Amino acid sequence: MSSLLEAKGLYGGYGGADILQGTHLRVESDEIVVIVGPNGAGKSTAMKAVFGLLRIREGEVRYRGEAITNAKPEQMVRHGIAYVPQEKNVFPSLTVRENLEMGAYLMKGDLSQRLDKVYTLFPKLAERRRQQAGLMSGGERQMVAMGRALMIDPQLLMLDEPTAGLSPLLIDETFERIKEINAQGIGVLMVEQNAKQALAIASRGYVLATGSNRHEDTGPNLLADPEVAEMFLGG
Amino acid sequence: MTDILQLLIYGLVLGSVLTMGAIGVSMIFGILRFAHFAHGDFMTLGAYLGLSFISAFGLSSWWALPAAMVGMGVIAVFIDQVLYRRIRRTQPVILLIASFGMALILRSLVQLIWGSDNQTYASGIQFPWQLDWLGGMRLKPDHLWIMLISLALVAGVHLFLTRTRLGKAMRAMSDNMDLALVSGIPAERVIMVTWVIGGALAAAAGVFLGIDTRLHPVMGWTTLLPVFAAAILGGIGRPYGAIAGGMIIGVSMEMSTLLIPAAYKPAVAFAIMVGMLILRPQGIFKGTV
Amino acid sequence: MELSGLASYLVSFLTFAGVYAVLALGLNMQWGFTGQFNIGIAGFFAVGAYTSAILTTPSSPAYLGGFGMPFLVGLAGAVIASTLLGLVVGLITARLRTDYLAIASIGIAEMVRLFVKNEGWLTNGVRGIAGIDRPFADTVLDSPLTYLVIVALFVAGVYFLVERARASPWGRVLRAIRENEPATAAAGKSIAGFRLQAFVLGSAIMGLGGGLYAHFFGFLSPEAFMPLYGTFLVWVMLIAGGSGNNRGAILGAIVVWGVWSGTALLTGLLPTEYATQGAALRVLLIGVLLQVILVTRPEGILPEKPPKLLARKR
Repeated sequence: MSSLLEAKGLYGGYGGADILQGTHLRVESDEIVVIVGPNGAGKSTAMKAVFGLLRIREGEVRYRGEAITNAKPEQMVRHGIAYVPQEKNVFPSLTVRENLEMGAYLMKGDLSQRLDKVYTLFPKLAERRRQQAGLMSGGERQMVAMGRALMIDPQLLMLDEPTAGLSPLLIDETFERIKEINAQGIGVLMVEQNAKQALAIASRGYVLATGSNRHEDTGPNLLADPEVAEMFLGG
Repeated sequence: MTDILQLLIYGLVLGSVLTMGAIGVSMIFGILRFAHFAHGDFMTLGAYLGLSFISAFGLSSWWALPAAMVGMGVIAVFIDQVLYRRIRRTQPVILLIASFGMALILRSLVQLIWGSDNQTYASGIQFPWQLDWLGGMRLKPDHLWIMLISLALVAGVHLFLTRTRLGKAMRAMSDNMDLALVSGIPAERVIMVTWVIGGALAAAAGVFLGIDTRLHPVMGWTTLLPVFAAAILGGIGRPYGAIAGGMIIGVSMEMSTLLIPAAYKPAVAFAIMVGMLILRPQGIFKGTV
Repeated sequence: MELSGLASYLVSFLTFAGVYAVLALGLNMQWGFTGQFNIGIAGFFAVGAYTSAILTTPSSPAYLGGFGMPFLVGLAGAVIASTLLGLVVGLITARLRTDYLAIASIGIAEMVRLFVKNEGWLTNGVRGIAGIDRPFADTVLDSPLTYLVIVALFVAGVYFLVERARASPWGRVLRAIRENEPATAAAGKSIAGFRLQAFVLGSAIMGLGGGLYAHFFGFLSPEAFMPLYGTFLVWVMLIAGGSGNNRGAILGAIVVWGVWSGTALLTGLLPTEYATQGAALRVLLIGVLLQVILVTRPEGILPEKPPKLLARKR
């Protein structure tokens, strides 16, 4: 049985020198996988490369055993992979509901079931469905962004720093939601700065440095590893 | 007083023309991030397409409108596919230069095909209605139709942008191109529809202008400045702002004739635009840039 | 001095190309070096041409002046007038993004045209200003050939000036702004200030081009110099020659003026009743030429050379 997502030996970057130096990643359907590492380690770059947003020069990405290296974002969405960028992840002049509809642009048929599912997970979005997303708070926008991604009923959800800029209370809530999403059988791959909290809910974690894998283990083991703690978790 | 009401009518007619042009300019800017300098000549070509259609089939003037809109929608997509699409991946400013060149190509084509002389859709003078209850103000049926049809087209664009999947996707792309791609919105199809609508509305502007005045190869180019002024006033990249911008510019241009020579009408549009650029470059309503 | 037909055609051809080369060098200052999009060249050109004409023609009741001043005073006036116009436009637009400058600049050109056409007391309106003399009028030196030499000297002078500017630290800042505005701003450079300086210098050069044109053609009217086509030709010249490269600007002026004149010879073969169509056909061909260049060779015949340091590294 092949993994949900497997990326091996990725090399690539934004045109100039390679930022990714042989990165590899694996996610299973029942896992929350967290990528941590210092600034500039290539965490977000790795996510973008997997999702086809920048060119992979060498290496391979497989989804359920099928090669999807350098596929277009549109094809990724059709495969059931959803991606939430770190910043600017809502359509500010569109309403909450329209934002969600855009997430399901490629899906045929009635959207009401999908909408209900998202509204159940984020009841606040149901209340605010007619509000312009650009006028909402940071935490609410993050819900819109995740809701938009969930509209395709993804098999794999990729989140780039979902808690960046949120208050501690909202960070806790966001991680709770991510656990709920994962419990529905959706594999989660995320990059996080709040490494301690993220690793605490993670099935496995990768520690990236200068574009290559430094450590890989279960969340608790990484948290317990003194070297990792000193390097990236601030002691 | 009657004078002012009369000028207000002329202003709203001109405003309707400008709005039709400015919505397209604004949409194209929102999606493709460049000021489309051939838009005035889209108007011209549209007006002449309408002229050929009605003279070929011996129809009355208003039939020029649907024919021009359909024709120009198709031509706009064609021009995008043949030229703009090829240079879209370079800087947007290269598109700007290309559209400037396209403006001259279209104008010379119009001159080659239809000649340089003034032409009209229908000969003869249309008698205005005398509205005694409004102090004897005159209203030409054509003017009324121009305003009503513009209103209908604006309503149509509004419904398209807020009620249809493709229209919402267009607003989404204008808001955040990267996120639209990540969501799986097919950019090329949205761009194509943008050109269809932009081209069709430009053609409507051209036909209105032709019905109101006359057809001439530079009719669109000379209207381009007020059209841009309207788009900037409304906040470029904002189709709704373009409506307000079009009406304000149109009415101001006509009202200005009370104070300054009519030859300087375009200067009024220009002055409002420059004032806007200095004071509030993002437009009355916040634009997307 | 009398010149034979072909020689006289050649002299006239080169003089025109020289005037356009000056305009292309001015545009290169704005677009090539700084990335400022000016499509109101005709406006600056017209201001220069009219200023010089009004200053140098003999007194006339039909319009302001003329003041009967010497050729060089006329040119100086042309440069000063277009500098002032450039300053006003630049102050408004230096902080704005390219598209707004482009839109504002067609507005400026249009305003200048409206003004020239409607303010007869100043410019004699649509009747135009005639009898603008060449320098050395009524002396043995007065000939088209002498004027060609003078224009060539001005082209050389402007070339020397802009080439010096390009190689100077000032020119390097301009290129830095064009390539990466945020980084240059972060390095503590006043973006708006440098932009404004380049825009004004470019405008001044265009005004000079206008003055040179006035004394060559001898007659000015709002329609005589086809404002839009003038602007367009200069753009095609710079892009064909290679924007950012001053030699490219001059080469582009000669080549494109050659193509433009060549199309005139071709359409001249058409029967006279097709004259207007002929003119339209020429613009069409030049327009298509521009698009072909943009799609196939956007860097032009002589591409901009990378800065020396980088070139050595490679």
